[in-house]
Amino acid sequence: MALLELHGIGKSYGAVQALSNVSFSIAPGEIVGLMGDNGAGKSTLVKIVAGVFPPSEGTMSFDGRDVRFQAPVQARSAGIEVVHQDLALADNLSAAANIFLGRELHRRFGLIRLLDHAAMEQRAAQLFGELKSETRAADLVRRMSGGQRQAVAIARTRLANAKLIMMDEPTAAISVRQIAEVLALIGRLREAGIAVLLISHRMPDVFEVCDRVVVMRRGRVVANKSIAQSSPQEVTGLITGAVEAA
Amino acid sequence: MSDFTNVRPVSWHARGGLTSQTAYVALALVLLSLVMSAVSPAFLTIGNLSNVLTNFSYLGIAALGSTVVIITGGIDLSVGSSMAFSAIITALLFRSLGNTALVDIPGAVMTLSVFGGLAAGGLIGLVNGLFIARVGLAPFVTTLGMLSVVRGLCYALTSGQGVNINGADSNLFFRLSDGVLFGVPVPLVYLVGLALLMGLLLHHTAQGRYVFAIGGNERAAALTGVPVTRIKIGVYVISGLSAAVAGILLGGWLGSVPANLADGYELHIIAASVIGGANLAGGAGGPLGAIVGSALIEVIRNGLVLARVNTYWQDSFVGTIIIAAVCVDRLRSRLGR
Repeated sequence: MALLELHGIGKSYGAVQALSNVSFSIAPGEIVGLMGDNGAGKSTLVKIVAGVFPPSEGTMSFDGRDVRFQAPVQARSAGIEVVHQDLALADNLSAAANIFLGRELHRRFGLIRLLDHAAMEQRAAQLFGELKSETRAADLVRRMSGGQRQAVAIARTRLANAKLIMMDEPTAAISVRQIAEVLALIGRLREAGIAVLLISHRMPDVFEVCDRVVVMRRGRVVANKSIAQSSPQEVTGLITGAVEAA
Repeated sequence: MSDFTNVRPVSWHARGGLTSQTAYVALALVLLSLVMSAVSPAFLTIGNLSNVLTNFSYLGIAALGSTVVIITGGIDLSVGSSMAFSAIITALLFRSLGNTALVDIPGAVMTLSVFGGLAAGGLIGLVNGLFIARVGLAPFVTTLGMLSVVRGLCYALTSGQGVNINGADSNLFFRLSDGVLFGVPVPLVYLVGLALLMGLLLHHTAQGRYVFAIGGNERAAALTGVPVTRIKIGVYVISGLSAAVAGILLGGWLGSVPANLADGYELHIIAASVIGGANLAGGAGGPLGAIVGSALIEVIRNGLVLARVNTYWQDSFVGTIIIAAVCVDRLRSRLGR
């Protein structure tokens, strides 16, 4: 049974048709790669699923229910999380603070609720351990490398117990060692029954970890096939238009 | 796994707290105080120190609220006018409630008058907050407009004349606003209490964290579910309330509230916050910085008076310190790279 189903999703901005008739589905525990050149509509599609704005046409269902999100918080409470390309982190806060932003842990002092810094840092360190990341929970994000910032962003989705995690270019700005670890983590998400939509330009990463690949060009889906039945050459052709559809 | 082999522990003097702007300014404050006590024997007398501590408390209390706004990346130029407006409302309430049956209840006139003044300050903050957070106007322009609107109200309400605080409960009010508690001027007690409260709220509550998050990356804060609009309105209300406290205490010290109370004070308040380490771009600042910044400004003013420098030079000196402080901050971050 599909977790996410898109039927005929379309989005237009005045004269620009950013998306036309996009339909595909993602099953629980499935990892789908979303590929396409700049301007293909990948970010727009992710924003619609993430609840940033509703589509101009088409319908969407998540977890068996028809949904039409008007705000990101609605998508999040349904179980959809996004790791943005710029990671949406507050530089002036620590890693633990960023992970728990909006869902802080508290301690009670009689009638007053105060932040439980120790518990948050401990849980954050635990999450970083699971991610096998060299990130310290109390460090400021401002002082972190690209890979560590990525770990903070991914740890945040782990905390939310999302059912669908959408990742926008997660391996674009991290170290070689961490690419392997992020891909391994994505594999672990699959084992936990979490679905992942991976937007990526990096063909080797998509072919290593994804079960299926959806290719978009100029706002339309031109291919939706399992990785085993495709090849990097075919996907490249689909992206550029050398191959019309597959 | 975690083997940062090319990173050694940071030495104590290069660690976060001691390299912050606030620490530098605190150091400057100590050095300046030493210099002044050497140059002028009058500096370290009880009378002079008491004056300095009292005067800087008003600035410090208003700077606490101003700092919270600056942390979110905003600014509140209306604080000087709010101080005056709140003080005038309090004084006017003393006058009108003093003619009613409430005089028979001890403390009632004072309590209601002070509450009225605080409410006035909070209301100005609420109006600022609504325009800035709901309507989306720029903080600078909005609060600049409110500065004039409120100052005009001050003149209109008083017809340009001072409002005396006298009658029922006025002595009680003066004791609570201009008295001495265990040898410490009362305004300083309020400053320390409010600073501790603000530190607690900023560093140990979720809402305080949201204030920093909004200043650091407002978009990220909104995306992660931080109630940005509500927090932004809240910080302007806090700014208005702290200005109200400062204004009412100042009225208690003067005994009479002129329409031009704290005229132009907003620049000193913002200067105190910025010198103390609040970054105008948002994301950084704290109550300790507000206190240290206010103390530095007041100590400099006091020093200029004791050195018998022409009072007209005071503004130039304070302005020079502001520029020097941000230069030091720039040098500091460059050295840290």
